[in-house]
Amino acid sequence: MSRNKDVDSVVVRLAGDSGDGIQLMGSQFAVSTALSGADFATFPDYPAEIRAPVGTTFGVSAYQINLGGGPITTAGDAPDVLVAFNPAALKVSLPLLHRGALLIINNDSFTPRNLAKAGYDADPRDNGILNDFQVVDADISHLNLEAVREFGLSKSEGSRCKNFYALGILLWMFDRELAPVESWIRRRLADNATLRDANIKALHAGHAYGETAELAASLSQIQLPSATPEPGEYRSITGAEALALGIAAAGELADRSVLFCSYPITPASPLLHRLSRLGELGVGTFQAEDEIAAICAAIGASYGGMIGVTSSSGPGIALKTEAMGLAVSAELPLVIVNWQRGGPSTGLPTKTEQSDLYQAVYGRNADTPLPVVSASTSGECFEMAIEAVRIALRHMTPVILLVDGYLSNAAEPWRIPDLSGFASIDINPLPESGSDPQEQAFSRDPASHGRPWITPGMPGLMHRIGGLEKDINTGHISYDPANHQQMTEMRAAKVASVAEFIPDQQVELGPDRGDLLIVSWGSSYGPVYQAAQRTNASFLHLRHLNPLPKNLAEVISRFDKVLVPEMNSGQLVTLLRDKLCVQPIALSKVSGQPFLIRELVEKIESIRGEAS
Amino acid sequence: MSDKLTPKDFATAQEVRWCPGCGDYAILKSVTKALADVGARPESTVFVSGIGCASRFPYYVETYGFHTIHGRAPAIATGLKLANPDLDVWVVTGDGDGLSIGANHLMHTLRRNVGLKILLFNNEIYGLTKGQYSPTSRIGTKSPSSPKGSFDTPVSPGQFALGSGAKFFARGIDTDKVGMGHVLQQAHAFQGTALVEIFQNCIVYNEDVFASFTDRKDAANTQLHLRHGEPMLFGDNKGLSFNQDTWSLEVIDAKQSPDDVLVHDEGNAILARLLVDLHLPVAMGVIYRQPAQSYENAFYAHHPSRMQRTKKTRDFIQGPSSWFVGDKTGES
Repeated sequence: MSRNKDVDSVVVRLAGDSGDGIQLMGSQFAVSTALSGADFATFPDYPAEIRAPVGTTFGVSAYQINLGGGPITTAGDAPDVLVAFNPAALKVSLPLLHRGALLIINNDSFTPRNLAKAGYDADPRDNGILNDFQVVDADISHLNLEAVREFGLSKSEGSRCKNFYALGILLWMFDRELAPVESWIRRRLADNATLRDANIKALHAGHAYGETAELAASLSQIQLPSATPEPGEYRSITGAEALALGIAAAGELADRSVLFCSYPITPASPLLHRLSRLGELGVGTFQAEDEIAAICAAIGASYGGMIGVTSSSGPGIALKTEAMGLAVSAELPLVIVNWQRGGPSTGLPTKTEQSDLYQAVYGRNADTPLPVVSASTSGECFEMAIEAVRIALRHMTPVILLVDGYLSNAAEPWRIPDLSGFASIDINPLPESGSDPQEQAFSRDPASHGRPWITPGMPGLMHRIGGLEKDINTGHISYDPANHQQMTEMRAAKVASVAEFIPDQQVELGPDRGDLLIVSWGSSYGPVYQAAQRTNASFLHLRHLNPLPKNLAEVISRFDKVLVPEMNSGQLVTLLRDKLCVQPIALSKVSGQPFLIRELVEKIESIRGEAS
Repeated sequence: MSDKLTPKDFATAQEVRWCPGCGDYAILKSVTKALADVGARPESTVFVSGIGCASRFPYYVETYGFHTIHGRAPAIATGLKLANPDLDVWVVTGDGDGLSIGANHLMHTLRRNVGLKILLFNNEIYGLTKGQYSPTSRIGTKSPSSPKGSFDTPVSPGQFALGSGAKFFARGIDTDKVGMGHVLQQAHAFQGTALVEIFQNCIVYNEDVFASFTDRKDAANTQLHLRHGEPMLFGDNKGLSFNQDTWSLEVIDAKQSPDDVLVHDEGNAILARLLVDLHLPVAMGVIYRQPAQSYENAFYAHHPSRMQRTKKTRDFIQGPSSWFVGDKTGES
């Protein structure tokens, strides 16, 4: 296997039991990486169980980070460095590694019992399977306990410091400052001085171990150049953080409060957690009794004049579909965020997928179209949240925002946007005339088909809305056949009209005509971008999925072939075939893991090979 | 604001489409009268309903109205009340809508004590879907889906409400104008979820199912109209007393043992549980009332700025730490 061509970047994977604090260690490593000026992308990969049985392969929690002189757009293909806290973590991660990768192994965990639980017949440290790797086996558990002995912690409390011990080793290897992590520990454990000091001690002890053991000798390749991104102020951000800020910013741009109504579900819950801390931005959160109540309360909030937002993952979105139909029929604004995970049914709650595209575009009873947009990166969740609210208020319609599940917790450096660069979100004006309020409530703008947002409390405009079919002019209940035809066409025209307000589709990389165009959506952006760059293929990335950008058909027509890589069994391929009558080549991946760059490069090369 | 509105001002121009003789007509009259009596403003009054015969109600009231989907009216009304707590929000539901498909929302609305007035039209049948037995139908109810008689044990709306933590539970009979007027005004004044069970006669699919106690000729002996602080007297010198051996309520001769007659205490949850199960007489009026903070008041009290924007997104956007690339002063 050839080495990653990105010589300027290094992929580090941390793996252990789900109780080992891997995600915490990873996110702190990401932050210290960002502060050093390197670019990065992360991929948290954790089990569905909160504390799966210790030492088993299915209980392995991992955090992968790709760092280096940018642009870094993916969490990386094959790790160059693996920190394995136990045999199960080694077993799960070993097939992913580059030959020659550096393994840091916690020796203490390689007991006969743990080896058996991981399914190893023989100790992998002795049987030759690690011969192709550089192995650093340190007694991490033991050394850590020694380091924190002075604090008089119980054995289990002391053991829990070992992620910071290991982080200390990593920070030394990568020449990172300890101070940011230390100050984070001080803040996080402010009210427990003993634990705080023990964790700081573990961090320093790990750092000192790296120095004493001269680990750098085997790591000279880890001197990374700094990234040279666009000037500005940066922070590390996850998808949930960016989406929460985007929703709050949309409220500010529309000068309306936001009511976020949600029911806990993996991996959507981090958005609820984030928004529940943004009260000062005019954001309220309501934790409903179920998914249906969550969307219904959001609809009630929109009816009352706040921006109603709900969020879930596929199974929860399924429960919300009847209420989406109500919002379509009543012509109320609403944003539905779907953090997509693997299915069907409960499926793979913690693994990522893009398989809810059909559900979003087609998945309701009757002719019930609604706009669908998606975010490509954690940071882009910010602007797509604003875009979703903007469409919802302009066209008075529910809007679905699709996000690939893992972006919820995946961090990346994000250039903090200047909010003055965003146009304010206009609320449709109230009708001037004094006609029947029922008629006024359903007097639609000719371009957007959006109706005025008349809310209870406004004098003289009392009217009734609901899920029964309405007369297209008067807004009163109507079962008239011709009227239903007109209303169905109006609802379709309303969604189609969104295309008049969105930017033309650009070809992001490569020539704007030629033999091969790669079309992607969602979080595949990163690997597809890299693969297109390496193969000089043209590449475009969709953010508006329903309706599609107006010029997309014309752009696609300039290419001989179209390749659509997606993390489902070909849903965007179907959509493009349906809407544009094109016949793309599908590259589908449904393993719960993002694309690897090399998988994409191989596919591109094989398509070109066939052509020549 | 001095113009006093009349019940007629709360009637819409819509043609009412319930079956002739349906109990819903009388309820609509009582509600529009109560709205006028309490001085409700049409622009700040909203009727939210689910699906079923009862749920057509919003079309017939000249206020704001939202006819939603089956069982979900309490959830939609909760969002509305949080968005604008100044509104008077009424929910109209039925035994199928509120206690079957939407029972979960009703339960959580009651325990939260959201400031909604919920009118539960109980006719012990599914009317709009043509007469199937409902979750309140008595065992043995013959219907298109239970030709040999139903065998489901019915739910008691009162026990359901009290078990869910309701802070207000009252009862009325569709055609009893006086009793309805009283409970609707009390419900309107309550700060929290006020659940009113209304015995409503479905003349097509379940006629006279409540006749044993709604028949006017014998109403004095079959209905007990409760008033807080007053003895529980009804009919011809009859009263209710607590039997300490059986832990139940029993009918006694009030003339013989006046001291044994119970005095109604709306705040007594144990008494309320006994009252809702009483079959002869049937307890009417406000059975239970326990003032408590409403959900929307708690929500706004908990919210640092009462849902007003006191800071800018800019104040939060930097997160726990940020760094500059290039010139620190420019945002380029």
